Amino acid sequence: MSGKVLRVFPSPLTVVLGIVLSLVLVGIVAGWASAQQPTPSDDEVNAIAKTMYCPVCENVPLDVCPTQACAQWRELIRQKLAEGWTEQQIKDYFVAQYGDRVLGEPPRRGLHWLVYVLPPLSFLVGVLILVNVFRNMRRPKEIAMSPGAAIQAAPSGDDPYVQQLEEELRRRERGD
Amino acid sequence: MIAEVGFGALIVAFIVAIYGIVAAVYGARRHMEPWLESGRRAMLLTWPLITLSVVCLVSLLVSGHYEVQYVYNVTSNFMPLYLKITALWGGQAGSLVFWSWLMAAFASAVTLRKWERDREFLPWVIVVTLVTLAFFLGLVIFVENPFVRFWQMPDGRQAVAMFAPRGAIPLVPMDGRGLNPLLRHPGMILHPPMLYLGFVSFVIPYAFGVAALITGRTDDRWIRITRRWTLVAWLFLSLGLILGSRWAYDVLGWGGYWGWDPVEIAAFMPWLSGTAFLHSVMIQEKRGLFKRWNMILVILTYALVIFGTFLTRSGVLSSVHAFAQSAIGPLFFGFIALTFAASMGLLLYRWNDLRSEGVMTSLLSREALFLLNNLLFMGILVVCFWGVIYPLISEIVTGQKVTVGPSYYERSTGPLFAALLLLMGIAPLSAWGHSTVKTLGRALWKPLVASVLVVIGLWLSGVRAWSALLAFWLVALVTLVTLYEYYRAVVARHRRTGENYLLALWNLAGRNRRRYGGYIIHLGVVLMALGIIGIELFQTETQGTVQPGGSIRLGDYTMLFQRLDVFDTQDGRNVARAVVSVFKGDRFVGELHPRRDFFYDSQQTMTIPGVRSTMEDDFYVILVDWQSSAQGITFKVYHNPLVNWLWLGGLVFILGTLVAAWPDREGVPARARASQTLVTQRVKP
Amino acid sequence: MNTESKPATGSRPLSPVIIVGSFLLLLAFLFLIGQGLRRAYAGPIAIGQKVPAFELTTFEGEVIRTTDWQGKVIVVNFWASWCKPCEQEATDLERAWQHYREGREVLFLGVDYVDTEPEARAFIEKFGLTYPNGPDLRTKISQMFRIQGVPETYIIDRAGRLAFVKKGPTSFNEMTGVIDRLLAQAP
Repeated sequence: MSGKVLRVFPSPLTVVLGIVLSLVLVGIVAGWASAQQPTPSDDEVNAIAKTMYCPVCENVPLDVCPTQACAQWRELIRQKLAEGWTEQQIKDYFVAQYGDRVLGEPPRRGLHWLVYVLPPLSFLVGVLILVNVFRNMRRPKEIAMSPGAAIQAAPSGDDPYVQQLEEELRRRERGD
Repeated sequence: MIAEVGFGALIVAFIVAIYGIVAAVYGARRHMEPWLESGRRAMLLTWPLITLSVVCLVSLLVSGHYEVQYVYNVTSNFMPLYLKITALWGGQAGSLVFWSWLMAAFASAVTLRKWERDREFLPWVIVVTLVTLAFFLGLVIFVENPFVRFWQMPDGRQAVAMFAPRGAIPLVPMDGRGLNPLLRHPGMILHPPMLYLGFVSFVIPYAFGVAALITGRTDDRWIRITRRWTLVAWLFLSLGLILGSRWAYDVLGWGGYWGWDPVEIAAFMPWLSGTAFLHSVMIQEKRGLFKRWNMILVILTYALVIFGTFLTRSGVLSSVHAFAQSAIGPLFFGFIALTFAASMGLLLYRWNDLRSEGVMTSLLSREALFLLNNLLFMGILVVCFWGVIYPLISEIVTGQKVTVGPSYYERSTGPLFAALLLLMGIAPLSAWGHSTVKTLGRALWKPLVASVLVVIGLWLSGVRAWSALLAFWLVALVTLVTLYEYYRAVVARHRRTGENYLLALWNLAGRNRRRYGGYIIHLGVVLMALGIIGIELFQTETQGTVQPGGSIRLGDYTMLFQRLDVFDTQDGRNVARAVVSVFKGDRFVGELHPRRDFFYDSQQTMTIPGVRSTMEDDFYVILVDWQSSAQGITFKVYHNPLVNWLWLGGLVFILGTLVAAWPDREGVPARARASQTLVTQRVKP
Repeated sequence: MNTESKPATGSRPLSPVIIVGSFLLLLAFLFLIGQGLRRAYAGPIAIGQKVPAFELTTFEGEVIRTTDWQGKVIVVNFWASWCKPCEQEATDLERAWQHYREGREVLFLGVDYVDTEPEARAFIEKFGLTYPNGPDLRTKISQMFRIQGVPETYIIDRAGRLAFVKKGPTSFNEMTGVIDRLLAQAP
């Protein structure tokens, strides 16, 4: 498991030996055919690594980053999980070791609150502007009733939409 | 020799562009038509000149002139011809030339249009496009010259220079370093040109907008002229984004299509403001409202295009996409400062001339809903912008870097996207000028009931997650509303003209391409939303280490690892390729070959997943590790439900944009704004 | 469609507050980008520049402050266990450290960049490193030096100014050459 030494691809002899040995091993461990999961499993490790980032490969989540540094980090997560650490403890440890940048989003404290507050706030400002625009526009009601609006406002018949559409089409035919 | 010609052509093009600016300004100030005409011709000339330069660069690339640094950096003997050609945009310098070339193509195209009716715009359109073009040419000539070569100095040192230093002899490497392997995918070959095309063509609407501001002709003429340009720009930008996602899905090997990477967002931001612009110009055309807002949007879109290019190329942000750091940053900064300040100054100067000419009468009218749509797009834009910019702020203030990752973007934009979908379901049913709850309700109730039935059906079939149910409801609503719109229109036309339904549909779409093209785009968006919902809400994954003969299960699927082959290829790769059988339940459904390619020339690896694709789902296998673990080979497996609807939706989306942007037949009468009636679009004036 | 005959909605002249405000916003934006750019282009601390004080907590828990070593020569080496070229230079670094150790005029600091502790300890063991080595907590030191990768070696002179930078693996001769020159300078 430990990727201490980066192995070059093994020679055929070692491959054969390795296969034989591991087959024996597999036999001993009661014929596990399916994925042999180390404890804790890769999935448990990845679940945490998914929301973390290592400075070596920026913007690539830790669970898919292919560099050796990231492989070591994942091993470290596995080790900490095995020691019974919670996800939060592990993250805190990584932050202490490597800084806030390891987290998928800035921690909610101090200046970093800005990240979370500003977008909703600006959206709110947008809403206010919009409300204001609507209000300003609707004020001159009398003038608003231009002839066009008057026509539209007076629907008649069963389905005004179909009427409009037919009207539109008639106009177009004439226009052609 | 070729290099000198290519470089010379660039310099001439640069001078011509500068001349064009001067001539246009002078001609406009003095009202001297010959100068103006001369400026126009200068603009026309830039494209052939840069074409010559591009031809030179491509011929250098193809013929393997490795003494040219750029050729050395992006090609190698192993690469096939098509990759050598597309290496033109595989590196910083070449892609800037390519950018300029596309820009010049659009600049030239715009000079060829009929200018009789809006001659007063011409000088300022020339100035804006040529200033942009000259800036990029300047970058190429003075900072990122793709034609510089290696030289062996008399004292044995190596040098890189355009022209031979005294006593130096050319240094010709035997082989190049080769294109970044990530860029050797078909999606990546087409993705940058599409994105660049989208970027450069947004310069044209901006140029007309600025021309309108400068001349004070602030009616909606500039919007009518640029409508199609905007659609074309938007088409290319959308294509670029879709191709980019597909590329990420196929090549990057993390089971996703969109990583909220700063550079992805840099390309996404102009798309957002561009989409808002496309909708809001309709309000101005139909109702004469919100001229200021449209001007703001077009300026914003241009600014985001420039800002996005800056982010990608200056090294301010680190990202998988970012080009290597270079000296163009400060120049870009100057350009940004200049154009942003000038645009803003102009806008504020003309602020009072840009009054709305109409009034809004109803909160449920289409213009009101369009405005809401704009608000949502701006909301998403702010989220994106803030996420990209915040790490910079944090680093400056606290000295610590932070990551703003996908979870932030997904959480913040999710509700906004959902609201947009909802709006997409309602807005097409509301009328210009006036709608009431009653009229809207009458149009809406049938699709609404049907969509609720769909949700009930889903619930009965076992979908319980409320977010999924909500998302599917929105998707169903928009689909039904859009189809219902088609249906009602076709039936109405059929009743009136007696045409059969197909013909009625054809004629209908042909007569009002923007509307019905727009509906097709909406359908495309819905299909894409389906794919996105599938992968975002229902994706599952697992990772395991297995021996040959071992298997990994994920949901219904089982993958059986057969063997691993490691071999060298003709084109300079070392490939580790796993053979994996996939079973769904007990049924054998196919064999996959996830692999890891190592490129000798560039010393990079690339992970290519093995994917079994159906409309229902993708089974996506990645070879994670085959070397370091004694227990076997490590695979990562994803199950991505519905993801192919994303690509299908992308196709529909592009098709819709094509329908909307398709040039009208000759002889169609000029249109005038019909603020009087909601229905008229093509009445003769 | 005469513009004048229309109801002039929102025709109030633009308030100066908005004008000034929007330009201020633009300025703030430009300032931000400019700062980011300056950082991106600043590169590592330049030669001759004063190196800010920092402290390193070694794997043994000892805290070493550069301020305690004023007037001495300090060698700062950034490394990581996952970094292949770092293995290449590790023995040379140790040799150089042994060379100067007795004189107590030169401090060697190994800053372990983005690494995991067990792997790092194994690395130290493997190459028998005896000079102080410690993790780069919160990547503060590497951000201060603005390193671009590992290995990188910085040598600070007696006046606390940066005298030498090497990106990529360094060697015994290269280091001793620089250090001897710096030792010869008056404190």
